This record gives sequence, structure tokens and C-alpha cells, in this order.
Amino acid sequence: MTDTPDLSVELGFLRLKNPILAASGTFGCGLEFTPFIDLNELGGFVVKGLYFEPRSGNPPPRLVETAAGLINAIGLQGIGVKHFTETILPQLKDLQTAVLVNICGESEEEYVRVADYLNGHEGIAAYELNISCPNVREGGRCPAQNAESTYSLVRRVKQMSARPILTKLTPNVTDITLIARSAEEAGSDAVCLVNTFLAMAIDIHTRRPKLANIYGGLSGPAIKPIALRMVHQTAAVLSIPVIGMGGIMSAADVVEFLLAGASAVQVGTANFIQPDILPQIVEDLRRFLVKNNIKQITDLVGGIKSP
Amino acid sequence: MLLDTKAEIVGRESWGDYFLLTIRSPSIAEKAVPGQFIMIRTASGPYPLLRRPFSIHDRKKDTIDIYFQIAGEGTALLAAKKQGDECDIIGPLGNGFLLDTLAEGRTVAAVGGGRGIAPLFFLGNELQKLGFPLTVYYGGLTSGDLPLEKKFRDKGIPVHCSTDDGSTGFHGLVTDLFLSFLPSSRPDHLFVCGPDPMMKALSRICLEERISAQFSLESIMGCGFGACWGCVHKIKTQGEAEWTKICQEGPVFFTEDIIWNND
Repeated sequence: MTDTPDLSVELGFLRLKNPILAASGTFGCGLEFTPFIDLNELGGFVVKGLYFEPRSGNPPPRLVETAAGLINAIGLQGIGVKHFTETILPQLKDLQTAVLVNICGESEEEYVRVADYLNGHEGIAAYELNISCPNVREGGRCPAQNAESTYSLVRRVKQMSARPILTKLTPNVTDITLIARSAEEAGSDAVCLVNTFLAMAIDIHTRRPKLANIYGGLSGPAIKPIALRMVHQTAAVLSIPVIGMGGIMSAADVVEFLLAGASAVQVGTANFIQPDILPQIVEDLRRFLVKNNIKQITDLVGGIKSP
Repeated sequence: MLLDTKAEIVGRESWGDYFLLTIRSPSIAEKAVPGQFIMIRTASGPYPLLRRPFSIHDRKKDTIDIYFQIAGEGTALLAAKKQGDECDIIGPLGNGFLLDTLAEGRTVAAVGGGRGIAPLFFLGNELQKLGFPLTVYYGGLTSGDLPLEKKFRDKGIPVHCSTDDGSTGFHGLVTDLFLSFLPSSRPDHLFVCGPDPMMKALSRICLEERISAQFSLESIMGCGFGACWGCVHKIKTQGEAEWTKICQEGPVFFTEDIIWNND
């Protein structure tokens, strides 16, 4: 019982000190959270999505709160790769945690251009391909809704990338395992799921949509059971690691995702509400392992039993 | 900015659906400046999920006050809290009113609409210390929307009130009240906080009259500290109009920089 359990996770292409990553779009570039936490206590974090050029994002209102959830339509407002590598990345270089960068593009060429530019800079552990944002194209469309476009895009970036590729998938599809398989066949080193669920809310007095973008992406505890099911389905058919996410608010939620087959997890919306939640989850996970006499956290991965 | 998950509520007052809570948080109180805000978690469970932003209404050595009106589930939960309850807060957040640039001898006024009066008490106190007596124009729909009138007067801050229904003070909008005083007591600098239509109207007046003015904007916020990019307003920065985070770059902006219709 006195042994400290091993929280580290080997993804094959990347070793994490623990399975807790901060999700892109909820964690800024990491520095926003330094007043609250020591970033080195995390397994890693994913920097907010970057296009090649700065991007202005959607008009407000960009947020609406719903029952146990948050619908956002930020529209990937961002600083662009040059500003990131010049002003932000140098501030992250001494961190003892994995810094992943979420990369975006209007076209396959732009994803390649972003990855090519970042290839020339130190201090990035992996790229997360954002092919699943519901807020940048009309009707919430994104490349991850189509197996062929997922394959094509992942393959092109993988061929030129100097770093491992994680592909972040959308739940807004009929069968997420088909898309996940495409990403795997195209050479993705891991898949991350799920991004937000396309959603909306209407003001009954004005009869207008509550978001200027009409639709947005639902996150938060409301989506956790669906995200968990999708992770379970996907992990069952892939050989590459699955990074699970969707409404995680506690260490117990993390354990569920690991049991469902996730090798690591990302925590998103919870960071807004409780900016010191990530180290707390790590600590609570450690306690869970000690209490249950589990030596290493990887023993939980895929450990779900039959009903 | 600090996270204080166990800030004790040490005082509570109410007037209809308006509430004032005094929260003990020495470290946040010490750092706070007028115009800044705090984010409060109103429920321990997942609904309401997000924290709520509140202007800092007053500050004593170890405490901060917030003043708010019930507007939904979050504020209703907060209003139901009692003295002795704990409160999970982040603060102080945002830039606050810029007071350093006020030149000696300048006259200052403030306009507050409804719950928008909240930050102007802290502002009035600080300006008093700095030697700038503040005149406040305080508007509401009806007399019940103006419970803080006496508090300002007791503190030696002159208040002119208006109500839309004429139940107290000037009968009409607070903007018209302000305009009626303009010929006799024109301020060199104005501070404004209130509903959007009021702020838009005052912004136009200030631009026409060439009165330098700072406006405290309000928005739904996801986090309050710059991570979510949810609370943007279009603001001119070095000539370029950009979606700018109210929580981090604001909530206070100068009138000439604010693009009111977000075009």
C-alpha cells in the first residue's frame, strides 16, 4: 500500500507522466492557467487551434449554457502560427510536460503549411489535427464527417510531419468507428474523441437562436455518457491509442474512460469552471489507485468487464 | 488573480430582487481595483455549470462586496446563500477603470443603470481618496431599482436619480437626466456601467460632446480569465477593430474604441 502507483502512460510515440491532458480550445496556450496550477503536474496540454494566419472567429454571442452543458461557437479565433512560435512557444520550452499543438486549416494545403512551419520549431511533442470543429463551416460541417476526406488529410499531414499525429474526431457522424479506422489507416498515431456535439438553443421570447452562429458545439457533463460509448466502440476496433474526452469533471470520469479503452484522456470544459481541476484529478486518480491496490494506471485501460 | 474556494459570506442585505453580499477574501480584496470583477461558482453540481461574473461593488481590508439582481438560476442560487456560507470565487479579474491618467482639477461623473451601479460605489470611494469627487447619475425602471441611493449619499457621493415611471427623481431615462445637467455641470471624464442601450446612447453623447469616457461592458463568460474566448466584443486596438476578450482586455474600454453594434 505504501508503493506510489505508476500514473505514467506510454502511447507508443509519446510517454506521458500521467494520462491527463488539457483539451484544445479550453486551455488557451497553457499560460492562462499558471496563476492557478503548475503545468508540470499535467500529462500534457493541447494548445488552442492554430491556422497559419491569425483568425478572427465568430461574432458574439458565442456561448450559451444549457443543462449541465455549454454550447460554444467561438469559431477558432486565434493568433496564427508565427505569433505562436515567436511569443508563446519560447515561454513553454522549459516545461516538463507534453505540449501538443492543435492545427487547423481551411484546406489540406493549409494543414500542411501549418505543420511544415511548426516542424521547424522545437518544444512540441505532437500535433493534434483539428478536423472536427463544428463552428467554422456552414451547418457544422467538417472533414471528420467523411472517411475519405479524413484519410486524405491525415495521410498528407502524416507524410510530411516531423511529429506524431493525433486526429481529433467529431461525434456528429453515423458511425465514428469508420472515421477512426480511416485515420488509423492513413497513419494517424492516435485518435482523440470526441469533439463537441452540434447543438443549438433558442430564446423563446425573441425567438432567435441564442448563438449568433445559430449552431455550436455542446460540451460538458451532459455529453459524457455518449462520448464514453463512442470511445468504447472505437477502442474495440483500433490498434492505435484512443484519447478519450467529453464532459470529464472528475477522476471517476477518467477511470470510466480508461476502462472503456482510452489510453489517456483530455479534460476541457471543466477547466473553465475549476481552473485548478487538472492537478486535483491527477491526485484523486493516484488515491483511487492506492485505495484499489492498482500498481499502474495502464492496468485500467480497456478493463471494462462483461455486464 | 486568485482562486479562493472557501471565501465566507460575512454579510448579506437585500432589497426586492437586489442583493448585496460581503465576502471575506483578504488576498482578493487586497489586489482589487474599481471596475474589476470576480467569478463565482453558484452551484457545487453541474447546473448551473459556469461561474457567474460580478463587478466588485466595494472593498474593505479583508472583504469584497458584490451587488446583483436575480437574473436567472445562478443569481437565484447566490441570492439564497446565507451569512456563514462558503463561496467559491476567482478574482480580481479584468483591467478595471483607468484612474492614473486623470489630471488634477478634472471633474468626474458616473452613470449607472440598474444593477450597473455595482462598480461605481468602489469607484467613487477610490476617486474620493484620490481627490476627485464623483457625481453619480443613477437610473432605473422604478424606485425599487435604486436601493443604493442612500448609501452613496451617506458616503458623501452626490447622486441624481431617474426612473422611467417617475416614482423617484427625474421622470425619464438616465441619459436624459445626464443631458439635463450637462450645461451646468459638464464632467471632464465619465464612467459608465449599465444596460447596452443606455451605454450606446451615452457613448454617442460622449463622442459628440468630446467627453472622455470609460465603459464597463458585460457579457456571458465561460471562464473569466481569458481561456475560452467566449466573451468578445469588437474593440479597436491600434486602429484595427478586433474581437476582444471582455474578461481579459476589459471589462473597461474607452468609448472611442468600442464598436457598439459589433460590425
